Amino acid sequence: MIAPLVALFGREIAVARRVGSGGLTGVMFFLALITIVPFAVGPDLTLLRRIGPAILWIAALLATLLGLDRLFQADHDDGSLDQLRMSAVPLELVVIVKCAAHWCTTGLPLVIAAPIFGLTFALDGTALASVVATLLVGTPALTLLGAIGAALTASFRRGGLLLAVITVPLAIPVLIFGVSAAAASSTGPVPFLTPFLVLCGLSLFTLAGAPFAAAAALRLTSE
Amino acid sequence: MRSVEGLTVSGLSVERSGRRLFANLSFAVPAGTALAVMGENGIGKSSLLRTIAGLLPKQQGEVGLRLGRDDDAAPLGERAHYLGHSNGLKAGLTAFDNLEFQRRWAMGDGLPPAAALAAVGLSHCAEFPAGLLSAGQKRRIALASLLTAHRPLWLLDEPATALDQPSETLLVGLLEAHLARGGLAVMALHAPLALATTVLRLGRS
Repeated sequence: MIAPLVALFGREIAVARRVGSGGLTGVMFFLALITIVPFAVGPDLTLLRRIGPAILWIAALLATLLGLDRLFQADHDDGSLDQLRMSAVPLELVVIVKCAAHWCTTGLPLVIAAPIFGLTFALDGTALASVVATLLVGTPALTLLGAIGAALTASFRRGGLLLAVITVPLAIPVLIFGVSAAAASSTGPVPFLTPFLVLCGLSLFTLAGAPFAAAAALRLTSE
Repeated sequence: MRSVEGLTVSGLSVERSGRRLFANLSFAVPAGTALAVMGENGIGKSSLLRTIAGLLPKQQGEVGLRLGRDDDAAPLGERAHYLGHSNGLKAGLTAFDNLEFQRRWAMGDGLPPAAALAAVGLSHCAEFPAGLLSAGQKRRIALASLLTAHRPLWLLDEPATALDQPSETLLVGLLEAHLARGGLAVMALHAPLALATTVLRLGRS
Protein backbone atom coordinates (compact mmCIF):
# COMPACT_ATOMS: atom_id res chain seq x y z
CA MET A 1 0.00 0.00 0.00
CA ILE A 2 2.98 2.31 0.52
CA ALA A 3 4.35 2.00 -3.04
CA PRO A 4 1.22 3.36 -4.80
CA LEU A 5 1.09 6.29 -2.37
CA VAL A 6 4.74 7.11 -3.03
CA ALA A 7 3.94 7.00 -6.76
CA LEU A 8 0.96 9.32 -6.20
CA PHE A 9 3.10 11.76 -4.20
CA GLY A 10 5.67 11.82 -6.99
CA ARG A 11 3.00 12.41 -9.62
CA GLU A 12 1.45 15.28 -7.65
CA ILE A 13 4.82 17.00 -7.28
CA ALA A 14 5.60 16.45 -10.98
CA VAL A 15 2.21 17.85 -12.06
CA ALA A 16 2.56 20.89 -9.80
CA ARG A 17 6.04 21.56 -11.17
CA ARG A 18 5.21 21.20 -14.84
CA VAL A 19 1.92 23.01 -14.99
CA GLY A 20 3.45 25.96 -13.16
CA SER A 21 0.37 26.37 -11.02
CA GLY A 22 2.10 25.30 -7.86
CA GLY A 23 4.47 26.93 -5.43
CA LEU A 24 5.80 29.83 -7.42
CA THR A 25 2.39 31.31 -8.26
CA GLY A 26 1.31 30.96 -4.64
CA VAL A 27 4.42 32.76 -3.41
CA MET A 28 3.98 35.52 -6.00
CA PHE A 29 0.38 36.00 -4.85
CA PHE A 30 1.59 36.04 -1.23
CA LEU A 31 4.15 38.70 -2.17
CA ALA A 32 1.54 40.74 -4.06
CA LEU A 33 -0.85 40.77 -1.10
CA ILE A 34 1.88 41.73 1.34
CA THR A 35 3.21 44.44 -0.92
CA ILE A 36 -0.11 46.25 -1.28
CA VAL A 37 -0.76 46.48 2.46
CA PRO A 38 1.90 49.14 3.26
CA PHE A 39 0.60 51.13 0.29
CA ALA A 40 -2.91 50.91 1.64
CA VAL A 41 -2.25 51.73 5.32
CA GLY A 42 0.61 54.14 4.79
CA PRO A 43 4.23 54.16 5.95
CA ASP A 44 3.46 54.01 9.68
CA LEU A 45 6.09 51.58 10.95
CA THR A 46 4.54 51.13 14.39
CA LEU A 47 1.19 50.25 12.88
CA LEU A 48 2.77 47.93 10.29
CA ARG A 49 4.77 46.15 12.96
CA ARG A 50 1.61 45.64 14.99
CA ILE A 51 -0.54 44.29 12.14
CA GLY A 52 2.32 42.55 10.29
CA PRO A 53 1.85 39.02 11.69
CA ALA A 54 -1.91 39.20 11.03
CA ILE A 55 -1.39 40.33 7.44
CA LEU A 56 1.15 37.56 6.83
CA TRP A 57 -1.34 35.04 8.15
CA ILE A 58 -4.26 36.33 6.09
CA ALA A 59 -2.04 36.37 3.00
CA ALA A 60 -0.96 32.78 3.72
CA LEU A 61 -4.61 31.74 4.10
CA LEU A 62 -5.60 33.34 0.79
CA ALA A 63 -2.54 32.02 -1.04
CA THR A 64 -3.29 28.51 0.23
CA LEU A 65 -6.92 28.72 -0.88
CA LEU A 66 -5.91 30.05 -4.27
CA GLY A 67 -4.26 26.82 -5.36
CA LEU A 68 -6.60 24.41 -3.66
CA ASP A 69 -9.56 24.56 -6.04
CA ARG A 70 -7.77 22.27 -8.51
CA LEU A 71 -6.74 19.75 -5.83
CA PHE A 72 -9.46 17.26 -6.72
CA GLN A 73 -11.17 19.08 -9.58
CA ALA A 74 -8.28 18.39 -11.95
CA ASP A 75 -8.45 14.68 -11.14
CA HIS A 76 -12.22 14.75 -11.53
CA ASP A 77 -12.01 16.43 -14.93
CA ASP A 78 -9.36 14.18 -16.46
CA GLY A 79 -10.86 10.97 -15.09
CA SER A 80 -7.96 10.00 -12.86
CA LEU A 81 -10.14 10.37 -9.77
CA ASP A 82 -11.97 7.21 -10.90
CA GLN A 83 -8.68 5.33 -10.89
CA LEU A 84 -7.88 6.66 -7.43
CA ARG A 85 -11.30 5.64 -6.13
CA MET A 86 -11.20 2.12 -7.57
CA SER A 87 -7.94 1.23 -5.86
CA ALA A 88 -7.40 -0.87 -2.76
CA VAL A 89 -5.77 2.19 -1.20
CA PRO A 90 -8.27 3.97 1.09
CA LEU A 91 -9.43 7.31 -0.25
CA GLU A 92 -8.57 8.91 3.10
CA LEU A 93 -4.87 8.12 2.55
CA VAL A 94 -5.14 9.46 -1.00
CA VAL A 95 -6.44 12.73 0.47
CA ILE A 96 -3.58 12.90 2.99
CA VAL A 97 -0.94 12.25 0.32
CA LYS A 98 -2.44 14.79 -2.07
CA CYS A 99 -2.60 17.36 0.73
CA ALA A 100 1.01 16.62 1.71
CA ALA A 101 2.17 17.11 -1.87
CA HIS A 102 0.11 20.27 -2.17
CA TRP A 103 1.55 21.63 1.06
CA CYS A 104 5.09 20.89 -0.12
CA THR A 105 4.50 22.85 -3.31
CA THR A 106 2.47 25.79 -1.94
CA GLY A 107 2.54 25.85 1.89
CA LEU A 108 6.22 25.21 2.42
CA PRO A 109 7.38 27.92 -0.04
CA LEU A 110 5.18 30.41 1.87
CA VAL A 111 6.81 29.43 5.16
CA ILE A 112 10.25 29.85 3.62
CA ALA A 113 9.35 33.20 2.04
CA ALA A 114 7.59 34.58 5.13
CA PRO A 115 10.72 35.91 6.96
CA ILE A 116 11.83 37.79 3.85
CA PHE A 117 8.42 39.30 3.24
CA GLY A 118 8.03 39.97 6.97
CA LEU A 119 10.84 42.53 6.69
CA THR A 120 8.43 44.83 4.82
CA PHE A 121 6.49 45.11 8.09
CA ALA A 122 9.62 46.01 10.08
CA LEU A 123 9.24 42.86 12.19
CA ASP A 124 12.17 42.11 14.48
CA GLY A 125 13.92 38.75 14.79
CA THR A 126 11.67 37.29 17.47
CA ALA A 127 8.52 38.30 15.63
CA LEU A 128 9.82 36.85 12.36
CA ALA A 129 10.72 33.59 14.08
CA SER A 130 7.29 33.27 15.67
CA VAL A 131 5.52 34.05 12.39
CA VAL A 132 7.55 31.34 10.64
CA ALA A 133 6.94 28.84 13.45
CA THR A 134 3.18 29.46 13.46
CA LEU A 135 2.94 29.29 9.67
CA LEU A 136 4.95 26.07 9.63
CA VAL A 137 2.52 24.49 12.08
CA GLY A 138 -0.64 26.20 10.86
CA THR A 139 -0.52 26.03 7.05
CA PRO A 140 -0.96 22.21 6.98
CA ALA A 141 -4.24 22.77 8.85
CA LEU A 142 -5.29 25.34 6.25
CA THR A 143 -4.49 22.89 3.44
CA LEU A 144 -6.41 20.07 5.11
CA LEU A 145 -9.44 22.24 5.84
CA GLY A 146 -9.32 23.53 2.28
CA ALA A 147 -9.26 19.94 1.06
CA ILE A 148 -12.77 19.45 2.48
CA GLY A 149 -13.99 22.42 0.46
CA ALA A 150 -12.02 21.22 -2.58
CA ALA A 151 -13.65 17.79 -2.33
CA LEU A 152 -17.12 19.32 -2.03
CA THR A 153 -16.57 21.49 -5.10
CA ALA A 154 -14.63 18.90 -7.14
CA SER A 155 -17.35 18.48 -9.74
CA PHE A 156 -18.15 22.19 -10.19
CA ARG A 157 -16.80 24.09 -13.15
CA ARG A 158 -15.97 27.21 -11.21
CA GLY A 159 -15.66 26.01 -7.66
CA GLY A 160 -12.83 28.30 -6.60
CA LEU A 161 -14.94 31.02 -5.03
CA LEU A 162 -17.30 28.55 -3.41
CA LEU A 163 -14.28 26.74 -2.00
CA ALA A 164 -13.13 29.96 -0.34
CA VAL A 165 -16.60 30.64 1.05
CA ILE A 166 -16.75 27.14 2.54
CA THR A 167 -13.22 27.09 3.89
CA VAL A 168 -12.71 30.55 5.37
CA PRO A 169 -15.20 30.04 8.25
CA LEU A 170 -13.58 26.69 9.06
CA ALA A 171 -10.19 28.36 9.16
CA ILE A 172 -11.19 30.99 11.74
CA PRO A 173 -9.93 29.05 14.81
CA VAL A 174 -6.61 28.36 13.09
CA LEU A 175 -6.32 32.03 12.18
CA ILE A 176 -7.13 33.23 15.72
CA PHE A 177 -4.53 31.08 17.43
CA GLY A 178 -1.98 31.42 14.65
CA VAL A 179 -2.12 35.19 14.73
CA SER A 180 -2.18 35.46 18.51
CA ALA A 181 0.92 33.27 18.79
CA ALA A 182 2.65 35.05 15.94
CA ALA A 183 1.88 38.48 17.36
CA ALA A 184 2.68 37.54 20.96
CA SER A 185 6.18 38.98 20.85
CA SER A 186 5.14 42.28 19.29
CA THR A 187 1.81 43.00 20.93
CA GLY A 188 1.48 41.97 24.32
CA PRO A 189 0.56 40.20 27.41
CA VAL A 190 -0.35 36.90 25.74
CA PRO A 191 2.53 34.41 25.95
CA PHE A 192 3.68 32.70 22.76
CA LEU A 193 3.47 29.13 23.90
CA THR A 194 -0.21 28.88 24.93
CA PRO A 195 -1.79 29.83 21.58
CA PHE A 196 1.01 28.01 19.76
CA LEU A 197 0.17 24.73 21.48
CA VAL A 198 -3.52 25.21 20.73
CA LEU A 199 -2.52 25.80 17.10
CA CYS A 200 -0.53 22.54 17.11
CA GLY A 201 -3.59 20.81 18.55
CA LEU A 202 -5.83 22.27 15.84
CA SER A 203 -3.44 21.05 13.14
CA LEU A 204 -3.37 17.55 14.57
CA PHE A 205 -7.15 17.60 14.91
CA THR A 206 -7.63 18.54 11.25
CA LEU A 207 -5.08 15.90 10.25
CA ALA A 208 -7.20 13.34 12.08
CA GLY A 209 -10.59 14.54 10.87
CA ALA A 210 -10.32 16.34 7.55
CA PRO A 211 -9.21 13.34 5.43
CA PHE A 212 -12.37 11.46 6.42
CA ALA A 213 -14.58 14.44 5.67
CA ALA A 214 -12.87 15.10 2.34
CA ALA A 215 -12.99 11.44 1.30
CA ALA A 216 -16.70 11.24 2.16
CA ALA A 217 -17.34 14.40 0.17
CA LEU A 218 -15.41 12.99 -2.79
CA ARG A 219 -17.47 9.80 -2.79
CA LEU A 220 -20.64 11.89 -2.78
CA THR A 221 -19.71 14.50 -5.36
CA SER A 222 -17.83 12.41 -7.88
CA GLU A 223 -20.72 10.08 -8.57
CA MET B 1 -25.37 -19.40 -10.27
CA ARG B 2 -22.24 -19.72 -8.16
CA SER B 3 -20.71 -22.29 -10.43
CA VAL B 4 -20.55 -19.94 -13.40
CA GLU B 5 -17.14 -18.35 -13.82
CA GLY B 6 -17.41 -14.70 -14.68
CA LEU B 7 -19.35 -11.59 -13.87
CA THR B 8 -22.83 -11.99 -12.43
CA VAL B 9 -25.24 -9.10 -12.05
CA SER B 10 -28.55 -9.88 -10.44
CA GLY B 11 -31.54 -7.68 -9.65
CA LEU B 12 -29.60 -4.47 -10.13
CA SER B 13 -31.45 -1.19 -9.69
CA VAL B 14 -29.78 2.17 -10.09
CA GLU B 15 -31.14 5.65 -9.54
CA ARG B 16 -29.46 8.90 -10.39
CA SER B 17 -30.78 12.08 -8.77
CA GLY B 18 -34.14 10.49 -8.13
CA ARG B 19 -34.57 9.10 -11.64
CA ARG B 20 -34.64 5.34 -11.98
CA LEU B 21 -32.33 4.29 -14.80
CA PHE B 22 -33.01 0.58 -14.68
CA ALA B 23 -34.59 -1.80 -12.24
CA ASN B 24 -34.10 -5.48 -11.58
CA LEU B 25 -31.45 -5.91 -14.26
CA SER B 26 -29.82 -9.33 -14.36
CA PHE B 27 -27.20 -10.76 -16.68
CA ALA B 28 -24.08 -12.85 -16.64
CA VAL B 29 -20.84 -12.50 -18.55
CA PRO B 30 -18.91 -15.77 -18.58
CA ALA B 31 -15.13 -15.62 -18.47
CA GLY B 32 -13.58 -15.25 -21.91
CA THR B 33 -16.51 -13.37 -23.42
CA ALA B 34 -17.44 -9.76 -24.01
CA LEU B 35 -20.74 -8.02 -23.46
CA ALA B 36 -21.76 -5.00 -25.50
CA VAL B 37 -24.20 -2.70 -23.74
CA MET B 38 -26.17 -0.77 -26.32
CA GLY B 39 -29.01 1.72 -26.23
CA GLU B 40 -29.80 5.31 -26.95
CA ASN B 41 -28.07 8.28 -25.30
CA GLY B 42 -28.90 8.79 -21.66
CA ILE B 43 -30.36 5.34 -21.20
CA GLY B 44 -27.81 4.47 -18.50
CA LYS B 45 -25.00 2.61 -20.24
CA SER B 46 -22.27 4.62 -18.54
CA SER B 47 -24.07 4.45 -15.21
CA LEU B 48 -24.27 0.67 -15.52
CA LEU B 49 -20.51 0.45 -16.07
CA ARG B 50 -19.79 2.85 -13.22
CA THR B 51 -22.08 0.88 -10.93
CA ILE B 52 -20.28 -2.37 -11.76
CA ALA B 53 -16.97 -0.59 -11.09
CA GLY B 54 -18.30 0.49 -7.70
CA LEU B 55 -18.09 4.18 -8.54
CA LEU B 56 -21.87 4.65 -8.30
CA PRO B 57 -23.98 3.31 -5.44
CA LYS B 58 -26.60 0.71 -6.29
CA GLN B 59 -30.07 0.81 -4.80
CA GLN B 60 -30.60 -2.93 -4.99
CA GLY B 61 -28.98 -5.98 -6.40
CA GLU B 62 -25.69 -7.80 -6.45
CA VAL B 63 -22.63 -7.56 -8.63
CA GLY B 64 -20.16 -10.39 -8.30
CA LEU B 65 -17.04 -11.49 -10.11
CA ARG B 66 -16.02 -15.08 -9.65
CA LEU B 67 -12.96 -16.52 -11.27
CA GLY B 68 -11.12 -19.76 -10.53
CA ARG B 69 -8.61 -19.17 -7.75
CA ASP B 70 -9.71 -15.57 -7.33
CA ASP B 71 -10.94 -14.69 -3.88
CA ASP B 72 -14.41 -13.19 -3.91
CA ALA B 73 -13.57 -10.95 -0.99
CA ALA B 74 -11.50 -8.41 -2.90
CA PRO B 75 -13.61 -5.44 -4.01
CA LEU B 76 -14.51 -5.62 -7.67
CA GLY B 77 -12.82 -2.30 -8.37
CA GLU B 78 -9.42 -3.84 -7.68
CA ARG B 79 -10.02 -6.59 -10.19
CA ALA B 80 -11.31 -4.36 -12.94
CA HIS B 81 -10.01 -1.70 -15.29
CA TYR B 82 -12.46 1.10 -15.90
CA LEU B 83 -11.99 3.35 -18.90
CA GLY B 84 -14.56 6.11 -18.95
CA HIS B 85 -15.16 9.02 -21.30
CA SER B 86 -12.12 10.80 -19.92
CA ASN B 87 -8.85 9.02 -20.37
CA GLY B 88 -7.44 9.55 -16.89
CA LEU B 89 -4.27 11.13 -18.23
CA LYS B 90 -2.45 14.10 -16.74
CA ALA B 91 -2.02 16.63 -19.55
CA GLY B 92 1.24 17.99 -18.13
CA LEU B 93 2.99 14.63 -17.84
CA THR B 94 4.49 12.69 -20.72
CA ALA B 95 2.77 9.63 -22.10
CA PHE B 96 5.49 7.51 -20.54
CA ASP B 97 5.17 9.12 -17.10
CA ASN B 98 1.38 8.72 -17.19
CA LEU B 99 1.68 5.01 -17.84
CA GLU B 100 4.50 4.64 -15.33
CA PHE B 101 2.31 6.22 -12.66
CA GLN B 102 -0.71 4.08 -13.52
CA ARG B 103 1.41 0.96 -13.40
CA ARG B 104 2.83 1.86 -10.00
CA TRP B 105 -0.54 2.99 -8.69
CA ALA B 106 -2.17 -0.30 -9.68
CA MET B 107 0.86 -2.24 -8.43
CA GLY B 108 0.76 -3.55 -11.97
CA ASP B 109 2.36 -6.79 -13.02
CA GLY B 110 1.66 -6.22 -16.69
CA LEU B 111 3.68 -4.61 -19.44
CA PRO B 112 6.19 -1.90 -18.55
CA PRO B 113 5.24 1.54 -19.97
CA ALA B 114 7.54 1.34 -23.00
CA ALA B 115 6.17 -2.04 -24.04
CA ALA B 116 2.58 -0.89 -23.46
CA LEU B 117 3.17 2.13 -25.68
CA ALA B 118 4.68 -0.10 -28.34
CA ALA B 119 1.61 -2.33 -28.15
CA VAL B 120 -0.61 0.58 -29.19
CA GLY B 121 1.91 1.83 -31.76
CA LEU B 122 2.81 5.03 -29.93
CA SER B 123 6.46 4.46 -29.01
CA HIS B 124 7.40 7.68 -30.78
CA CYS B 125 5.11 9.70 -28.50
CA ALA B 126 6.61 8.48 -25.21
CA GLU B 127 8.22 11.79 -24.31
CA PHE B 128 5.35 14.01 -25.49
CA PRO B 129 3.14 15.63 -22.83
CA ALA B 130 -0.20 13.83 -23.00
CA GLY B 131 -2.01 17.14 -23.38
CA LEU B 132 -0.36 17.78 -26.75
CA LEU B 133 -1.49 14.51 -28.29
CA SER B 134 -4.57 14.13 -30.45
CA ALA B 135 -7.82 12.76 -29.05
CA GLY B 136 -7.25 9.40 -30.72
CA GLN B 137 -3.68 9.17 -29.45
CA LYS B 138 -4.83 9.93 -25.90
CA ARG B 139 -7.42 7.20 -26.23
CA ARG B 140 -4.73 4.77 -27.35
CA ILE B 141 -2.56 5.67 -24.35
CA ALA B 142 -5.56 5.01 -22.13
CA LEU B 143 -5.88 1.62 -23.83
CA ALA B 144 -2.17 1.05 -23.21
CA SER B 145 -2.79 1.61 -19.50
CA LEU B 146 -5.08 -1.43 -19.54
CA LEU B 147 -2.01 -3.50 -20.37
CA THR B 148 0.18 -2.20 -17.54
CA ALA B 149 -1.71 -4.24 -14.95
CA HIS B 150 -3.46 -7.57 -15.36
CA ARG B 151 -7.11 -7.20 -14.42
CA PRO B 152 -9.64 -9.86 -15.37
CA LEU B 153 -12.51 -7.45 -15.97
CA TRP B 154 -12.35 -4.56 -18.44
CA LEU B 155 -15.13 -1.99 -18.22
CA LEU B 156 -14.85 0.20 -21.30
CA ASP B 157 -17.14 3.12 -21.98
CA GLU B 158 -17.24 3.65 -25.74
CA PRO B 159 -13.62 2.54 -26.15
CA ALA B 160 -13.55 3.27 -29.88
CA THR B 161 -14.29 6.99 -29.46
CA ALA B 162 -11.88 9.10 -31.56
CA LEU B 163 -10.05 6.02 -32.85
CA ASP B 164 -9.23 5.74 -36.54
CA GLN B 165 -9.79 2.51 -38.45
CA PRO B 166 -6.33 0.94 -37.82
CA SER B 167 -6.58 1.82 -34.11
CA GLU B 168 -10.01 0.24 -33.91
CA THR B 169 -8.55 -2.94 -35.35
CA LEU B 170 -5.81 -2.65 -32.73
CA LEU B 171 -8.45 -2.30 -30.00
CA VAL B 172 -10.20 -5.43 -31.25
CA GLY B 173 -6.84 -7.22 -31.19
CA LEU B 174 -6.22 -6.18 -27.59
CA LEU B 175 -9.70 -7.32 -26.61
CA GLU B 176 -9.30 -10.68 -28.36
CA ALA B 177 -6.00 -11.29 -26.56
CA HIS B 178 -7.61 -10.31 -23.26
CA LEU B 179 -10.57 -12.64 -23.78
CA ALA B 180 -8.29 -15.46 -24.92
CA ARG B 181 -6.50 -15.22 -21.56
CA GLY B 182 -9.84 -15.83 -19.86
CA GLY B 183 -10.56 -12.19 -19.20
CA LEU B 184 -13.93 -10.57 -19.71
CA ALA B 185 -15.10 -7.22 -20.94
CA VAL B 186 -18.23 -5.12 -20.60
CA MET B 187 -18.40 -2.28 -23.10
CA ALA B 188 -20.83 0.51 -23.76
CA LEU B 189 -21.02 0.75 -27.54
CA HIS B 190 -22.95 2.57 -30.23
CA ALA B 191 -21.42 0.91 -33.27
CA PRO B 192 -20.62 -2.79 -33.02
CA LEU B 193 -16.95 -3.78 -33.02
CA ALA B 194 -15.56 -6.51 -35.24
CA LEU B 195 -15.63 -8.86 -32.30
CA ALA B 196 -17.99 -11.59 -31.19
CA THR B 197 -19.98 -10.08 -28.32
CA THR B 198 -23.20 -10.75 -26.54
CA VAL B 199 -25.46 -7.73 -26.74
CA LEU B 200 -27.41 -6.26 -23.86
CA ARG B 201 -29.83 -3.67 -25.13
CA LEU B 202 -31.07 -1.16 -22.59
CA GLY B 203 -34.42 0.44 -23.34
CA ARG B 204 -37.06 2.56 -21.71
CA SER B 205 -39.29 0.51 -19.49
